[in-house]
Amino acid sequence: MSDVVLCFDRIWKKFRRGEQKHDSLRDLIPAVAKKLFKLRRPEELRDQEFWAIKDVSFQVERGEALGIIGPNGAGKSTALKLLSGILTPDRGKISVSGRLSALIEVGAGFHPDLTGRENIYLNGAILGMKRKEMDRKLDDIVAFSELSEFLDTPVKRYSSGMYARLGFSVAAHVDPDILLVDEVLSVGDWAFQRKCLEKMEAFVKKGVTIIFISHNLQAVVNLCSRALLLQKGTVVESGPTGQIVRRYLSEAASPTRGDVRDRTIWIECVTVVDEEGKEADFFTAGDKVSVIINVRSNVKEDGLAVTLDFLDENNRSVFNTSSERLGYGVFAAAPGDSKFFRYDIILHLVEGSFFLKVEVKNYRVERSFDVLFPAASIFVHSDKGIKGTANLYPVFKEEAAPLQAGNQELRRT
Amino acid sequence: MKDMFLEVIQFRHLLYMLAWRDIKIRYKQTIMGFLWAIFMPALIVLSGLIVRKAMSVLSGKPIEMSELVSVMVKALPWAFFIGTIRFATNSLVGNRSLVTKIYFPREVFPLSAVLANLFDFAISFLALVVAFVVFRVEVTVYALWFLPLMMLLVMMTAGFGIILSCANLFYRDVKYIVEVIVTFAIFFTPVFYEAKAFGKWETLLMLNPVGTILESMSLAIVHHRSPDPLWLSYASLWAFGGFFLSWYLFHRSEHLFAENI
Repeated sequence: MSDVVLCFDRIWKKFRRGEQKHDSLRDLIPAVAKKLFKLRRPEELRDQEFWAIKDVSFQVERGEALGIIGPNGAGKSTALKLLSGILTPDRGKISVSGRLSALIEVGAGFHPDLTGRENIYLNGAILGMKRKEMDRKLDDIVAFSELSEFLDTPVKRYSSGMYARLGFSVAAHVDPDILLVDEVLSVGDWAFQRKCLEKMEAFVKKGVTIIFISHNLQAVVNLCSRALLLQKGTVVESGPTGQIVRRYLSEAASPTRGDVRDRTIWIECVTVVDEEGKEADFFTAGDKVSVIINVRSNVKEDGLAVTLDFLDENNRSVFNTSSERLGYGVFAAAPGDSKFFRYDIILHLVEGSFFLKVEVKNYRVERSFDVLFPAASIFVHSDKGIKGTANLYPVFKEEAAPLQAGNQELRRT
Repeated sequence: MKDMFLEVIQFRHLLYMLAWRDIKIRYKQTIMGFLWAIFMPALIVLSGLIVRKAMSVLSGKPIEMSELVSVMVKALPWAFFIGTIRFATNSLVGNRSLVTKIYFPREVFPLSAVLANLFDFAISFLALVVAFVVFRVEVTVYALWFLPLMMLLVMMTAGFGIILSCANLFYRDVKYIVEVIVTFAIFFTPVFYEAKAFGKWETLLMLNPVGTILESMSLAIVHHRSPDPLWLSYASLWAFGGFFLSWYLFHRSEHLFAENI
């Protein structure tokens, strides 16, 4: 039996929807009178109440990194607030052993009129650090934030990025046994985000237990060995991160349609199939897949084209093509048409999840008829652990003989 | 009960930092700076002098120096009391982002309000000492009563501050009620006048625990007498009872703060 430092045992938590009934004393007196006559048990839901967390249980062992993923409103942040003690559950028991530090909102305790240095001390105290500890760590914190020249400027003059950087820097220098992280990586520029992720990886290596909430699935995959999928307050599945992310992507892909003013020409459905023609969403880099698109029409229209986009988790387009550019040319549609198109592609991608965006438009007049995003989502696994943006299929070996004459420019002398 | 004190002791560092923050912010970007600490009590003393003058005109008796000293002695703790109550009442709601985001014992908010106002009191107290020296006010050993009486007042103020901050979190009109009461409280608290001026109604005025303490202070410093033991116990009961009861109630409702703020 290994060492459980954090235990969430059948937790229930309810919230009230809408306006609170009595916010002033004037409304309180009738409410109290009502309560006296109608006694209710706390487990029951009154009108407008709902379970934000419904019978959720999980355990985290020492040194483990657990990711919690799920759509907005699934109860992820509520779970963290329950863990940190800000909220108390209506039912169930939470036990925590060790110094717990929560990175729930960086810079929550900042005061705009105080300088960066003063805020570091203040925020450190809020996160439970002693003054001596702060004195010792000040240099590290300042160095990490890269804000040394603005240290004596009131933070109200900071940009939002600087604000967040200072906040994260303080929080990252607490020495916790357990660290709760709630979507704090979405701040700062790219370089700083990387720095934050590296810091978190360092925490994991140091044996700090981490609970990590993020919509950056790649970060979750990199950081956490195990993940939990929350949906509408319940645990849908828990297990190895890759598996959970896949499940999440296949469930969360409820596509939003673009500006469909009229259902004249629309994308009926998009499916991703593997080489054997079976629908799938988990692939290995280098797999051959087909994207099958069904376009329907109610009108007569010429000059149509279908575009396909692959976006990564940061909403960056990693691949974009269109039927017109591929040399297929444009096509025409007549009322009642149902056409099937097929993109055969090879997933020369790096590890991560990708979202497909399909659009049908008139190429000549640049009119978009329908956009489906995410039309599908796939998760690509790289058995060689290729990360980054492009997969260049590297091969590495030692050369037995000097390079041939034709390749001389490659040689460094 | 024991745990809740231990927890605050554990977070005492945060308590100091929050008080330091409040003090720092109060004097940052201000014209008057530390003069602010003297401004409010000085105004109260000034109003007291005017009231006293009016009373002496009506009664035909001249103002005595001891009456003026009495007003000065009572004005400072009074300024501390109302300043802290105003500040503490809003201390939880004003720190909303901290209450909903990070865990630590929330008692530190009203308590840091007390500390920050105590700092202002200390500054104005220095000014009072200077005034005493300038006006050659005679001070006897009885003046030492001021210290324990002030401690009682601090405790009582903290008690009120704790419970009011919590009440204001749940019911936002508490803030307005407090504002109104604090504004008019000077009329039913013996600051400008002595309770005994009301003859047989004196007891009624002394039931106001803040009034009890203020009267005892004036008695010790101006009239060189020890406080009445009965009234002293009455005030202590308020101070200790109020402090622990309101802390207890605060602690009991603490878990509801984040979702009701």
